[in-house]
Amino acid sequence: MADLQLRSVTKAYGAAEVIKGIDLDVAEGEFCVFVGPSGCGKSTLLRMISGLEPISGGEVKISGDVVNHLGPAERGLAMVFQSYALYPHMTVRQNLSFGLENTRTPKAEIAERVGAAAKMLQIDQLLDRRPKDLSGGQRQRVAIGRAVVREPRIFLFDEPLSNLDAELRVEMRGEISRLHRRIGNTMIYVTHDQVEAMTMADKIAVLRDGRLEQFGRPLDLYNRPENLFVAGFIGSPKMNFFAAEVASGALKLAAGPTFALPEGRFDLREGAKVTLGIRPNALKPAAAGLTLTVADVERLGGESYLYGHSPDGSAITVHSPGQTGVEPGTEIALSPDMAEAHVFDADGRSLRRH
Amino acid sequence: MANFLTRTRGKERLHWTDWLSYAYLLFGVVVMFGPVLWLALSSFKTEAELQHYPPRLLPYIQKTEKIPGYDSALPIFKVTKGALAGQEVAQVRRIGLVAQVVRPDEPGKLVKLPIADRKPVEHVALATSNYVKLFKRFDFLRFLWNSTFITVVATAITLVINSMAAFALSKYAFRGRGTVMALVIGTLMIPQTVVLVPLFLVVRDLGMINSLWGVIIPGAATPTGVFLLRQYMLTIPDEILDAARMDNASEWKIYWRIILPLSAPAIAVLAILSIMWRWNDFLWPLIALTQSKFFTLQLALNSFRGEFNTDWASLLAMTVLTLLPIVAVFAFLQKYIATGIATTGGK
Repeated sequence: MADLQLRSVTKAYGAAEVIKGIDLDVAEGEFCVFVGPSGCGKSTLLRMISGLEPISGGEVKISGDVVNHLGPAERGLAMVFQSYALYPHMTVRQNLSFGLENTRTPKAEIAERVGAAAKMLQIDQLLDRRPKDLSGGQRQRVAIGRAVVREPRIFLFDEPLSNLDAELRVEMRGEISRLHRRIGNTMIYVTHDQVEAMTMADKIAVLRDGRLEQFGRPLDLYNRPENLFVAGFIGSPKMNFFAAEVASGALKLAAGPTFALPEGRFDLREGAKVTLGIRPNALKPAAAGLTLTVADVERLGGESYLYGHSPDGSAITVHSPGQTGVEPGTEIALSPDMAEAHVFDADGRSLRRH
Repeated sequence: MANFLTRTRGKERLHWTDWLSYAYLLFGVVVMFGPVLWLALSSFKTEAELQHYPPRLLPYIQKTEKIPGYDSALPIFKVTKGALAGQEVAQVRRIGLVAQVVRPDEPGKLVKLPIADRKPVEHVALATSNYVKLFKRFDFLRFLWNSTFITVVATAITLVINSMAAFALSKYAFRGRGTVMALVIGTLMIPQTVVLVPLFLVVRDLGMINSLWGVIIPGAATPTGVFLLRQYMLTIPDEILDAARMDNASEWKIYWRIILPLSAPAIAVLAILSIMWRWNDFLWPLIALTQSKFFTLQLALNSFRGEFNTDWASLLAMTVLTLLPIVAVFAFLQKYIATGIATTGGK
C-alpha cells in the first residue's frame, strides 16, 4: 500500500517532448484512471511510473521516496499489460510464481500465495495449462493474478481490457473493481475508453498531448469540466457545442436563438465570443428554440438518440428517454436546460465561477 | 497423414498427372537416395568385390571351403566346360590362364583347368570385415572422439555466443546497433579462403595449432547464426520482457528463462546447421591439425587416399560411420524446426 506523487515529470525522445510536465497526487488506496485519446502519453506516463521507461525530468515519489533511479523491480509495483504478456512457454502456475521465485520467496509461501490468488480469480483449475490453451478472459485473469501474487505497493494496468469482446469487457470491468475493493491497493489504470474511466475510477486524470487537462472525481469531471477538451471527452455521447456571443447576460447562438444563463454562475464579458456546451440529455424538444434538422435516429427501445445539425451546421446529438416518433429528415425545435449549461471562453477554458 | 499421402487427382483410377507426379517423386528418390544406398552396400563389399567389373549393386561373397591338406579355406568354383562340367571344385592356385583345382572329395588329385572354364560360386552376404578392420587397424575411436568433441563443444559455444549477441542486437536499443549488425552481416560476404592465412597466423601465434581448441574457437561466432537468431528474437513481443522486468527478473534471467526457451525453434535450426558444419568441416581442420592423433573423421577419411592407391574398403566403411551421427541428429531435431511457440502468449 502506498501513495504516488508525480512532480513536474517530463519525458523527451530527443527533441520531441511527449510528457510535458505533469503533477499528480494519487492517494493511498485510490483507483486512479489515466484517460485520453491515443497518443496523449498516458501509456508512456504509466511506463515511467513503472520504471520501464526512464524519466527525463521531474520526480516520481512512491510513499514519499523518490524512485527515479530505481529499476522496475525495486519499486515494488506490478503491471498488467495490454497484450497480457504471459510467458507462453510456462504453465499458468509457473507464470504466477515466476516473480516470487525471482525474489527468492520460500517455496511453501509461493504455493500458498499462488493458490490464494488463483482461487480469488477463479483460475485454480487452469494452473497446469499453458497460455495458448486459455481463452481471452482467462488469460486476462492470469495476467491480473500474476500481479496479485506479488502483493505490490501499487498496481498498474495498461489498457488491460482492450483485447476483450464487449460482453467480457463489462464483466472484467466489474471484476477489477471488486478486486480493488477487496484488496484495497492503490491502482493506476490506463484506458482510452471514458466509459471504463467513469465506471471504475475514484479519480480520473484526463491527459492530452502530454499534459494533464484535469484531475478529479468522475462526476466532478462530468459536472464541472475545466475546459472544452475534458467537456468533450468525458460523457457519452459527446457534449454538444455551439458558438455563441454574450449579449446582455444571455447567450446569442450563432445558430439564431438566444438563451438566458443562470444568474451569477459564469464570468461573462459583454460581447465575448464563447462556446456553449450542452449535454445530449439536457436538450429537450420544445415548441420553439434551437432548430434541429434530424439526419439519423437511433432507437434502442428504452431510449433514443437523435443526430442532426443546427442551422449554422454544428452537429447536435439529443438523448431522449423512451421511444421517439421523430423521423429522419424532419425539423424539430429544442430547448436547452440552461441550468446544466457549460460556457467556455475562446481559449477553451471554463467560465464557471468556483 | 495416410489420407494426405495417398491423395490423388483421379477419383476412381489414377489420372495421368498422378502417374507423372509418382514418376517424378520416384526419380527424386532414386537420385537422392541411390548414392547413399550404393555407398552403404559397397561398404559391405570385400576388396575383390569392389574391383569387380562390371560393378554390382549387392555385395557378393565367394563360397570358400576347408579342404583337408590345405591350410586356408579355398575358394569354390563351378566348372562350365570339359570333363568336370557342372561340378564344384576348390581352386588351390592360379598360374597365368591356368587354374589348379581339386575336387572336394578327392583332395589329393590336382586338376589343371583354363580359367575361362570356371565360374565363382557366390552368394549375397555382408562382409563386416571392413568395419572390423577400422577398429583393429586404425584408431577409429580416437578420430570419432575428436570429431564428436569438436562438434559438441563448438556447437554449444556457438549457440551461447550467438544467442547472446542476437539478444543484444534484437532487444536493446543502443548507439551503433545498426552498424554492429551491418558489420556482422558484412562478414558473410568474405569467403573463408580469404581469411585462411591470417587466421592461421593468429591461431599459430596463440599456440593452438594441433589442439582441438584451435579448430573450435575460430568459428564459434557465426554471422549466419547471429542473423538467424536475431530475426527470430525480433518476433518475441517486448511486453513479455517488460513483464519479466516487473517480475524482478535480472537481464541475465530474462535471457536464460524467457528468450532462450522462446527461441527454441530457431536455436534448434542453428544447432542442426552448426553440427553439420562442424562435423563435415574439412579445410580448417586440415590446416590446424597436422598430427594424426588429433585427426577428425574427415581428416582420417582423407588419409585413406594415398597418392598411388586408395583403401576403398576402409574409406567406404568409415564414410558410412561418419554419416550416421548427422542422420541421427536430423531424425531427432527436425520436429523442432517446424514449430514456433513464441507468438501464442499474447492476444
